Amino acid sequence: MSDRKIRVLVAKPGLDGHDRGAKVVARALRDAGMEVIYTGLRQTPEMIAEAALQEDVDVVGLSILSGAHMALLPRVLELLKMNQQEHIKVFVGGIIPDEDVPRLLEMGVVGVYGPGTLTDQIISDIQRTVGGNADSEN
Amino acid sequence: MSLADSVLSGNRLALARLLTQIENETPEGRAALEELFPKTGRAHLVGVTGAPGTGKSSLVNQLARHYRNPPSGVEARRVGIIAVDPSSPFSGGAILGDRVRMRDLAGDAGVFIRSMASRGSLGGLAHTTSGMVQALDAAGYEVILIETVGAGQAEVDIARLAHTTLVVEAPGLGDEIQAIKAGILEIADILVVNKADRPGVENTERALRNMLQLAHPVQRSSFHHGILPTADESFPAKSESIAWQTPVLRSVATEGIGISQVAEEIARHRRFLEESGGWTRREQARLGAELDALLQSALVSRWKSSITQDKYQAVVQQVVERRLSPWRAVTILLDGDRR
Repeated sequence: MSDRKIRVLVAKPGLDGHDRGAKVVARALRDAGMEVIYTGLRQTPEMIAEAALQEDVDVVGLSILSGAHMALLPRVLELLKMNQQEHIKVFVGGIIPDEDVPRLLEMGVVGVYGPGTLTDQIISDIQRTVGGNADSEN
Repeated sequence: MSLADSVLSGNRLALARLLTQIENETPEGRAALEELFPKTGRAHLVGVTGAPGTGKSSLVNQLARHYRNPPSGVEARRVGIIAVDPSSPFSGGAILGDRVRMRDLAGDAGVFIRSMASRGSLGGLAHTTSGMVQALDAAGYEVILIETVGAGQAEVDIARLAHTTLVVEAPGLGDEIQAIKAGILEIADILVVNKADRPGVENTERALRNMLQLAHPVQRSSFHHGILPTADESFPAKSESIAWQTPVLRSVATEGIGISQVAEEIARHRRFLEESGGWTRREQARLGAELDALLQSALVSRWKSSITQDKYQAVVQQVVERRLSPWRAVTILLDGDRR
């Protein structure tokens, strides 16, 4: 049986076009041995949920710099639930005001990463939250 | 309901989970494939390969759109897409970015796109791609496009798996002759010069046609994809003397130009295979090769479990010390030391 790889969907929902952060994170996750399905810019929540389903990912990482996180994240979480994929860990990075973080965590977002977050932090958080499922999942 | 039954009933989540099981080579995955295998064999498997930067993903995207919205009178077909990208040999991770080019297909329940990393396989396809294709076939996807980067010996893998292999080129990627690897002409059923709006397209096309003319037509029809015909002559080609002439097409995938011609050639190739007996020969060669590979791996592991490491290492040591030749060592290991 091959090593179980962690599969991560990295997407930029909404209309902002700044993808450098998403690409930096995608590369760092690859260098940590993960398989990153990079879907690029201007993804709708529906497209993100559809990709998460087809690719059977463990993690969805969203990059949002437009300020629309309070509209986009609930919708993504709702769609993942509708698709019976509540086990997927959702992380968000970008520009998220501190006062919105508690509400996001309450909604079910597992990690919120503002500017200056070290990629090592993201990697170890993912490995910790997903790693435990490696043997029991599927 | 078993996983296989869920897949057959159209459950897409079950299909996605099955693909993961197959990719991770779990007993559950194997058991489900076992159940699904009798339902395979209907899909047209189309390989799409070529160097990075030739626009394969865009072409795959447009072909899928064409199959989903065909010209009037033609039925829409369900399309499966498997996009394989290389895993990093250092970290074992991968960036799978082919979906970026396929946003037009979002929201269409008749399309299923799955990205795979090669996971150490050197041939461009992953070790488990063939199993993944079988799952999509059984699930009812009628055309399955398998996209892979044409590096190294990738061409061999894709030609063995697909019924029809498309090789994608693009002008201006380097010296025209260098850029055209010999292997490509062996395996290409259809050559597509994509990004045909770029300068140099005539040179690329001319270089490809010239190299095709050098290939011997009789050799091509007998040695389809470099695979020798089986000794069983009960499937003689009805029109063996009419070889498949590899067409060279132009396209600008990002603008949807040339796509219907590519689709027509793919259909024409399928008809050719069916009429010439090539389809059956393809299936025999493909499944035969898969069976052989599984047999070899099973036989070696069974044998290995019948011998102790110490005994094995002792024989290896004798070979290293030149007291035993490798061939005699094999005989001793398999048949015992009869001295």
